[in-house]
Amino acid sequence: MNIFLALTFSGFALGGVYFLAASGLSLIYGLMDILNFAHGLFMTLGAYAAWDVAAHLPASWGASTLFGIALVSSVLGGAIAAGLTEFFIIRHLYARPVSQILVTIGLDLAVVGLLLGGFGSNSLAVPVPLWIMEATKVGSINLPNADFVALLAGVVVLVVLEWFLARTRYGIIIRAGVENRTMVSALGINVGKAFTLVFVIGGAMAGLAGLLYSVVFAGDLISPTQGDSLLIFAFIVVVIGGLGSIRGSAIAALIVGLTQDYTNFYLGGHPGLAEIGNLSVVLLLAVVLEWRPRGLLGRAL
Amino acid sequence: MKISRSALVVAAVALVFFAVVPLISLHVPWILPGTLDVVNSTGTLEVLALCFIFAGVALGYDVIFGFTGLLSLGPVMYFAIGVYVFDIAMSHWNWALVPALALTLGVSLVFALAFGALALRVKGIAFTMVTLAFAQAFYYLVEDNPHGLTGGDTGLALVSNRLPSFLSGAVSNTRNLYWMTLGFLVVSYFVVWLVTESSSGHVLVAVRENERRLEVMGVRTFPYKLGAYTLSSLVATGGGVAYILLIGTAVPAAVASTTVSLAVLVMVVLGGAGTRWGAVTGALVYVYLQQYLLKVASEPSFTTLPAVLRVPLSQPQFLLGTLFVLFVIFVPGGIAGIVARLRGQSVAASKRFNWRKSLRVKEDDQ
Amino acid sequence: MNALQVRDLHVTLGGSHVLQGVSFDVPTGGVTALLGRNGVGKTTTLKALLGIVASTGDRNVLGTNTKGLSTHRVVKLGVGYVPEDRDVFAGLSVEENLRLAEQRDDPRYDEVFALFPELKSRARQRAGTLSGGQQQMVSIARVLLNGWPLLLVDEPSKGLAPKLVSELTDVLERVAATSTIFLVEQNLAVVKRLASRIIVLDHGEVVHTGTADELADEALARRFLGVAGAR
Repeated sequence: MNIFLALTFSGFALGGVYFLAASGLSLIYGLMDILNFAHGLFMTLGAYAAWDVAAHLPASWGASTLFGIALVSSVLGGAIAAGLTEFFIIRHLYARPVSQILVTIGLDLAVVGLLLGGFGSNSLAVPVPLWIMEATKVGSINLPNADFVALLAGVVVLVVLEWFLARTRYGIIIRAGVENRTMVSALGINVGKAFTLVFVIGGAMAGLAGLLYSVVFAGDLISPTQGDSLLIFAFIVVVIGGLGSIRGSAIAALIVGLTQDYTNFYLGGHPGLAEIGNLSVVLLLAVVLEWRPRGLLGRAL
Repeated sequence: MKISRSALVVAAVALVFFAVVPLISLHVPWILPGTLDVVNSTGTLEVLALCFIFAGVALGYDVIFGFTGLLSLGPVMYFAIGVYVFDIAMSHWNWALVPALALTLGVSLVFALAFGALALRVKGIAFTMVTLAFAQAFYYLVEDNPHGLTGGDTGLALVSNRLPSFLSGAVSNTRNLYWMTLGFLVVSYFVVWLVTESSSGHVLVAVRENERRLEVMGVRTFPYKLGAYTLSSLVATGGGVAYILLIGTAVPAAVASTTVSLAVLVMVVLGGAGTRWGAVTGALVYVYLQQYLLKVASEPSFTTLPAVLRVPLSQPQFLLGTLFVLFVIFVPGGIAGIVARLRGQSVAASKRFNWRKSLRVKEDDQ
Repeated sequence: MNALQVRDLHVTLGGSHVLQGVSFDVPTGGVTALLGRNGVGKTTTLKALLGIVASTGDRNVLGTNTKGLSTHRVVKLGVGYVPEDRDVFAGLSVEENLRLAEQRDDPRYDEVFALFPELKSRARQRAGTLSGGQQQMVSIARVLLNGWPLLLVDEPSKGLAPKLVSELTDVLERVAATSTIFLVEQNLAVVKRLASRIIVLDHGEVVHTGTADELADEALARRFLGVAGAR
């Protein structure tokens, strides 16, 4: 029973990271019709930005402070990368939807290639405070502190995002734009600004997701290709949750995280099933597609 | 069926040229991708053979992407099936060549029909994501090394005493392997040309341009889309078989990773989607450049370059990715588009891919 | 100065040449009706004016040439749009729908709530759960908030019960006192009550311009609308 609870908790934590990665993707698609392959890139760059900033600061500042700064750097790194991408590239391709997707693919390939060249496929370590690697006893189970951080990040972002969408003018513009972009323009609103904002928000969350994923689930190591592996799961979460729906992404992220955790543990011991966790997630996708192609809370495709 | 005279001449010349390359012992500096600067060296022939394999795969992909307008990221899955099923049948189960080939194509057909039917349940962006997810799942499967069949990360070598002698041994029979891959390309081109020029091919283009209108007219588009998907998958499988015969070993990272699907997409777009010969050209350019850049990066004089130049230039993925981005933005019609414009043809020829098409299925007007 | 001046407007949609050189003027003030059979291109004309669909030709909106202007900039010239299918944002509340439409510092909520008191009582209700008539109120309220000088109104009576149609027509009549309305309508009774001028579209071109009195002739009216007259 204890194991089950511990698994559930780490499944939630994984879900938190998936939510961070998927919600930006979902919004970007919902508003702009873009399948953003560069999202994986933003995740990777966020992690690298965090590493780079932390590496240039004196260790005397203390591991916890450095980690906090790393978190902020990852958010900024992802946001800036996304903003630049939207401003210099995506913006010029609004009339050509397929080109927009292709360009994000090309960017992903190109920049990951550059990172591979610059850093090799070696993994770099992000400085983390000791307490993250430890566990806290809750009742009779030991829960990893890192999982708390991931889950907390996911919840905080969800709350902030929901508030933003419900209460601010740009939030309303974005919600309306996801439904009917043309009509928003026809009310005299420049949707282009909303596009940039959504891209930047998505990028910021992606950056955070990239760093947290490395720290919590990849043994604190960052590598150039990690963003792309995470990206595929983010895509699956988005499709299951429904394109354009933040709440859908949240629910789907939890389901995917739990599924992966449970199947990995309970079935992963058998020979030839080491990757069963990953495979079962894809199976889940297939099931959802058969039963409800638009996803849990998505608008009609 | 219309064939322009000049296109036929160019194709014939190209075919003859490539067929006789293995017989040319000229020493040509700088531009050859092999370690020896001789035209028919093993290294050069191997690279060209690889080019032909991917040209065939890209051709098959053009059918589903360029002609039918479906952005699938699944080709690598079928390529990997071609590599692994064939390899397993010959190396593990000691089958003969022809039965192994038949099994491989059969497995590919079953998978294509099953996964294609499932993936085509959704449209637009979701379709792309689903094909990506399936391809990635296949990668995990291969990496898992179920029952020790695939060799996991360490790879699986093609070792069989039932391999005909004229095809085995990469070094001693490079010429034969080269001609085999050229043959694969020619056959693929012929098949793709037949299908795309037929009335079914025109239906595919109609699906790409305005599927809604077809459905309103009472045409069931599903069989056509599934047919295109299956054809493209079978061609990719053929490419996989040719690959394992040529290279001799298979490693998941090289043959089953989704990067391969992305590379094929890049090849088709670079060359010009929806034009057939564009896919071939794009693949030839891409693979050639990739191998050539790898060779250049390993030369002694290269390491003396300052890091700022050396790092980007040593990464074919970076250069090709950047080239791709530039093409997508400035030259969406690809190489074929450039040629068409030079010849004075209108860029909006009906065969060519329509880049302004919206992907949101519900759009009733542009 | 005319509210609208269009010369040689061409629009091609999905391979079909819908508008083939449409030219007309809409004078400032009052209601001008755009008539024609179903599918002839009336909605497309409105969309072309707003820049929602691509077009070639000369388009002058409230004295400004709108070539190359994106939709939101055309709207900011002073154009309110009431689309054919209401197009309210279903997931947003009535209040949010209205807030989104605000384009001036002092939006005219008093006027809007005086005309449509129901919108005030249902402020928090999700627009997707409103009836067709209530959604139409939101759609019209959106443009009234800003007091635009020019309104493009597309089939406002479509799908509404006769009583609602009548109330709607009252509202539009009042609005027409201070704004120019370019109205697309198939309901003859509404057209007769509101319009002073008519422009008739057929086969992608303007085939007739005249005054609304001509509609008194039943046969003529039927020809213009392409369908049987009053509903």
